[in-house]
Amino acid sequence: MTGGTSGSLAVIGLRHFVVLSAVLFTLGLTTVATRRNAVAILMGIELILNAAALNFVAFAHYGHGAITGQVFAVFVVVLAAAEAAVALAIVLSVYRSFRAIDVTRLDTLKD
Amino acid sequence: MPGLETLVFYGLATLTVGGAAGVAFSRNILRAAFLLLGALAGTAGLYFFMGADFVGVTQILIYVGGISVLLLFAVLLTSRIGDVRVSNQGLGYGAALPIAGLVGTFLVVAAMRAAWRQTDAVAAPTTARIGDAFLREYLLPFELVSIVLLMALVGAMVVARRAVRDAGVAAVATAASAEATATSGAEPGDPAALAGSGSARP
Repeated sequence: MTGGTSGSLAVIGLRHFVVLSAVLFTLGLTTVATRRNAVAILMGIELILNAAALNFVAFAHYGHGAITGQVFAVFVVVLAAAEAAVALAIVLSVYRSFRAIDVTRLDTLKD
Repeated sequence: MPGLETLVFYGLATLTVGGAAGVAFSRNILRAAFLLLGALAGTAGLYFFMGADFVGVTQILIYVGGISVLLLFAVLLTSRIGDVRVSNQGLGYGAALPIAGLVGTFLVVAAMRAAWRQTDAVAAPTTARIGDAFLREYLLPFELVSIVLLMALVGAMVVARRAVRDAGVAAVATAASAEATATSGAEPGDPAALAGSGSARP
């Protein structure tokens, strides 16, 4: 149950996916921290959500074969879709007020 | 000689991480949006690799087909994309890179050192089991998420409709005044001028 495939790096296993997801998360974090464009920050958030969903599916697959992780991955995708739709609307609204979507210049919530 | 499984995994991982690195470091917002599409498609491939067929198809339909297009619209509707200094300026990597590097190193080292327990995975069709789980164990979250989606879509429409209408009126006004003053300044191929004339359409 425990050792075998999980120990060596030669066979693709859970460890590979967790490391890959950590790299994805780090790149998403870098994007969120370094961009000024609100849409680019949104892309970083999508990367972070993807890393989390990838972990869910990997643990579900290499765990005890339960379906729960995949169900949660679907929830993550759906909530990301809702988030992207609302964020696009907010970005358009902000662009209307500020003529830019540079997050360092957004300092008021109303005109 | 690595096996086919290893080759496929590293190919998909390269696509995913390469796309994500492009999003993180590209100076061109439009290129970043297309590279994000690559990263999302690579993730979908990894889902298929793990036998999660339903999640993989969902990823392609919603992320690659929906969210990426939405992000592209957001990019094209808002910024003067030809001008990097306007469209995707960085905040400077001074503070962000050390912190992100530290977090990343910690996560990767922890993932490498942990003694993960794993069973030998069996690939089996998952769609029927996911459907069962949605309608039995996760019925309440399933219904709640549909309400969340409905509220998000209606809310997005209400906010964006007013934004687009007002932006159209404002853009016409500003474009008219800008054209009167700055006809000599803009070159024919100037992307900013192109973007400006594009957004002037109500």
